[in-house]
Amino acid sequence: MTSDLASVSTSPVSNGAAGGPGPRSGRWRAALRWEAALVLVLVAVVLFGAAESSTFLTPTTFFYLGTDIGYIAIMALPMTLIVMTGEIDLSVASALGLSGAMVGYLWHHGWGIWPAVLVALAVGALGGAINGVLVAKVGLPSIAVTIGTLTLYRGLAEVLLGSMTVPAIGDRPFPTSLTNIGVVPVPGTHMSYSLLFFLILAVVFGVLLHATPLGRSLVAIGLQPEAARFVGIRVNRIKLVLYIVSGVMCAFAGILLTLQNASVSYDAGSGLELNVVAIVLFGGVSIFGGRGSILGVVLSVAIVGALEMALTQMNVDPNVQNIVTGVLLLLSVIIPNGGELVRRVRARMRRLTPGS
Amino acid sequence: MSAHIETGSEPWLSRAGALLRAREAGLFLLILIVVAVTAVHNHDFVGSQSVQQLLSGAALIALLGVGETLVMVTRNVDLSVGSVLGLSAYVVGDLFRDHHIPVWSGFVIGIAIGAAAGALNGFIVTVLRVPSLVITLAMLYVIRGIDSLMVNGNTIDPSSIPSAFTQVGYRTILGVPWLAVIVAVVVAVVGYTMRSFRSSRELYAIGSNPDAAVLAGVPVGKRVFTSFVISGTLAGLAGTLFLALHAQVDNSAGSGYELTVIAATVVGGVAIFGGSGTVVGAALGALLLNTINQALVASRISAFWNEAIAGALLLAAIGIDRWLSLRMARSLTSAQGAHRDV
Amino acid sequence: MPDTDDHGTGAEAELAPRLELRAASKSFGAVRALRDASITLYPGEAHALLGENGAGKSTLVKILGGVHRPDEGELLIDGVTLSFSGPAAAREAGVSIIYQEPSLFPDLTVAENIFMGRQPLRRARRIDRGAMHREAAAIFARLGVEIDLERPARGLSVADQQIVEIAKALSLGAGVMVMDEPTAALTTVEADRLFEVIRTLRSRGTAVLFISHRLEEVFATCQRVTVMRDGGFVRTAAIEDVTVDDVIRAMVGRELSDLFPKTATEPGDVVLEVESLCSQGVYDNVSLTVRAGEIVALAGLVGAGRSEVARGVFGVDRRSSGKVKMDGRELPNGDPIAAMTAGMALVPEDRRQQGLVMDMGIDQNTALASLGRLSRSGLIRRSAEGALAAEWTARLQVKYGRLRDTVSTLSGGNQQKVVLGKWLARSPRLLIIDEPTRGIDVGTKAEVHRILDGLVAQGMAVLMISSELPEVLAMADRVIVLREGRVTAEFSREQADEDSVMRAATGQLSGAAA
Repeated sequence: MTSDLASVSTSPVSNGAAGGPGPRSGRWRAALRWEAALVLVLVAVVLFGAAESSTFLTPTTFFYLGTDIGYIAIMALPMTLIVMTGEIDLSVASALGLSGAMVGYLWHHGWGIWPAVLVALAVGALGGAINGVLVAKVGLPSIAVTIGTLTLYRGLAEVLLGSMTVPAIGDRPFPTSLTNIGVVPVPGTHMSYSLLFFLILAVVFGVLLHATPLGRSLVAIGLQPEAARFVGIRVNRIKLVLYIVSGVMCAFAGILLTLQNASVSYDAGSGLELNVVAIVLFGGVSIFGGRGSILGVVLSVAIVGALEMALTQMNVDPNVQNIVTGVLLLLSVIIPNGGELVRRVRARMRRLTPGS
Repeated sequence: MSAHIETGSEPWLSRAGALLRAREAGLFLLILIVVAVTAVHNHDFVGSQSVQQLLSGAALIALLGVGETLVMVTRNVDLSVGSVLGLSAYVVGDLFRDHHIPVWSGFVIGIAIGAAAGALNGFIVTVLRVPSLVITLAMLYVIRGIDSLMVNGNTIDPSSIPSAFTQVGYRTILGVPWLAVIVAVVVAVVGYTMRSFRSSRELYAIGSNPDAAVLAGVPVGKRVFTSFVISGTLAGLAGTLFLALHAQVDNSAGSGYELTVIAATVVGGVAIFGGSGTVVGAALGALLLNTINQALVASRISAFWNEAIAGALLLAAIGIDRWLSLRMARSLTSAQGAHRDV
Repeated sequence: MPDTDDHGTGAEAELAPRLELRAASKSFGAVRALRDASITLYPGEAHALLGENGAGKSTLVKILGGVHRPDEGELLIDGVTLSFSGPAAAREAGVSIIYQEPSLFPDLTVAENIFMGRQPLRRARRIDRGAMHREAAAIFARLGVEIDLERPARGLSVADQQIVEIAKALSLGAGVMVMDEPTAALTTVEADRLFEVIRTLRSRGTAVLFISHRLEEVFATCQRVTVMRDGGFVRTAAIEDVTVDDVIRAMVGRELSDLFPKTATEPGDVVLEVESLCSQGVYDNVSLTVRAGEIVALAGLVGAGRSEVARGVFGVDRRSSGKVKMDGRELPNGDPIAAMTAGMALVPEDRRQQGLVMDMGIDQNTALASLGRLSRSGLIRRSAEGALAAEWTARLQVKYGRLRDTVSTLSGGNQQKVVLGKWLARSPRLLIIDEPTRGIDVGTKAEVHRILDGLVAQGMAVLMISSELPEVLAMADRVIVLREGRVTAEFSREQADEDSVMRAATGQLSGAAA
């Protein structure tokens, strides 16, 4: 229809977690509202943890929080960018597992640690490239493709290691200088190396997403890929690169996990993809693409990490943590949508009263 | 007047219908091929024991696949089916053990649990407009957590289950396991329903073009809600059957099933973007995946390869699907005139 | 229903009207879309509704279709005053709208598309596929059309999709069918088929409201015509009582030349050369040149392939063969960035999907094609971005609230200006603009034309694609006509007139070929 006037919209609420409610509210205001809420939640969680556990606010806790959540958080960064472009990568935990398994496999066969690490990173990149080609070049739906590669990569990890845990009997232990990252903080701080890597990468990703033309392109791709193409944005190439970056970073996370634990088996990180998605969505990134911030994801990481640490220290059943993650995820989408629902109901009531 | 190919023949001999039937026939053929190839190396593979294994091993996934198909057809996804199965299995087992409920009420309660979960999912998707990927993902977590809390080391073991119940798990009729028969009946009934009633055709409309469905007056919310309720119900039923089959439930029951179910449905021809696919196809997809798994075991290829092969298969299935639909679209595209995506 | 003869004005007067809209008004916020509009439709007539974009036709149609409710006025169907609660209610009352963009279910069969939600039933409420097929076949027989009923709707041409929509409307027992620019995307053959169908519909007593910009179609097909302008009704007359000039004058309300400012400019060097451009199945052997300081219009019917040619030239779509040269240098295939670097810009046809990111702010949209230039050491300078947006929204006189409001808050005309601003910010040498004033109110249309004229006067080369003949004839220095993917004619400004351009566009050649 050629009218430029208001037309009936039949599509449901189009915004996910951090969606701005209406066109007139600036995007900054809507975004900051979510981050502000996250800050409040973080403060609440920290207070809660301190109240329930005398050891919560200690340097040791802070260190182990870093080792527990750091490697997961690293995977959340490229996931954020991928979700911003309207896609998803469910193979992240399997890429982590496969690269860890590769390190273990090569180490078991006598390779040096650095060559093994390099191969693992290359494998991660290759895995990401497969995702990227299938999604961006061939045009297959990313949820289906990454469910496939999730299975494939985990399966390959199993092929590599079988039921073995490396180092197995007769293997050299991993070099202590590296496995120390699991017990020794960064000198001069109480921070674990994983957390440090995450924070550095978060800054890089944050600048990239929010201050560079590439970041703006990602937002455009998520909101309106057609229009992005028409200004010369290479949508397919960007998506391909994002998946490769995701593969490499998940491989890095897998290496970190292996060294932290000083051991690896094929099912390392199994099931974590859902945690990563939960963290990203809870951080305010819209599942529909085009909305979200790295700051929100960082806050979400902090909240989830602190909450899990608090619950662990309270000796709460680890299964409760699953429930909590699920509820967090639910809240992250219901609250904005619920607000929209209330608004719509109120608008309808207003329309029913005469003289509106 | 621009002429177009017209059949004027019986409706059920249409080109598109033929293509669809080709999908299911192709799956069936593949299953036979896999069985045949494996039987060459391992004659036991076609023995009655082995065939029963093939059927009952695929039964639960096929059952979940039926519900998942209904949901996927409307362009949604239900990732909570595995957890619901586990919860239902445990609760019913617990009731048998501690409360000695009669066998039939075990089934009723299991189904009811699933229906409740499905209704909750459906409500949040349709009323609160939460994307189904997110809500069912969250539900997966929450239900798994609740389930683990309940289990709490208190696993169900065979001694707690009345034998009348477990008979469903291993008894056969004319050599076919009851389990497979039950699932086959469900598949047949649901499959027939999907073809024959207005409300089920509306499910396809919703997935094929959501905006047009609204314009056509389809009650989208109601239909999507119902599809989730059915998916949950079948997951609940699958939980009771799980209990009957394994007579053993810990907190990992059903864990990971959701991804297998999606793989089975996609392999079976259900489009992830909705609008097409059949429950028969999904069931055959489940059967094919299980057959390949068992074939690998029977050929003594290391079990470690199972998952990798499953993953590769799923990717191949998606790719082939896309290729097939592109070819079909090209052959169906009218020769002249302007084209826009329908 | 009694049969009516083709131009029997007398006969209609004795019949009771099918549909009457009396003094309807509708406002959206501050914008008065419709004021005091009235129209009457008699059974068996084809009634044309004419008016420029922004005249209020769309709003009228949406009121008839139950999408909007009028603020004032009444709607009568077969003499009964009705108020539609929604599109379903309108359909039930027998009013069906055939939209320009048909909306079918691609995965379902044609037959099911027609009967979705109303499939015939047999015992136990099961769908009777045999009956469904028979009834659908009967409808198609009545229409005199053949489409495979059991094929999926995916892949049907727009023309066939329309036929399916018409069949759907018939199956609902539509007494009134509103067709919104139905021939916009059709080839001549398909359009002829559609006119046959309309004749058949009329003979069965259906009233057809026919909205079109193509006056020769209107005069050939319709018995009465209603002209709207600026949201109001201007006049209704029997077709034989008016001439094309009368109608145009009623639509436009003033002399054509006022609307289209034209500065005489001396064309400069060749900027764009297109040589034998081909895209399999879409366009073939298209060649043209555009010089600095001139507007070349690419005219033709919708579906002729003009937008596809533009996209192929710019690189958004890949072409099969042929060359594109800017300032003599050949551009690589399928590379919009190379085209942009060489000084090419493309304002696309679909503002909402291709031209703008609707959920992004005015400032961000304006800057979207200039981000490289606005960055220093890889980071976007927000101040520079804001300044760019402020400059161009001021220059093009965009009316907005705040710069960071999303472009979805703007009217169509202002949205188009933002798209223009985005590209002009790059100081392009060649501007390809596809349907510059589609869906824009009359006032802003004149502004856009003035802007284009100003650009050309300063030496820009402009390739303008337009389906609006008045626009083409008034603004272009040269007119190139495309028909079904091929260049059929090229006219200079003096040679071009409505008649010759339309003939070249529709393939009816008369004695005076270009």
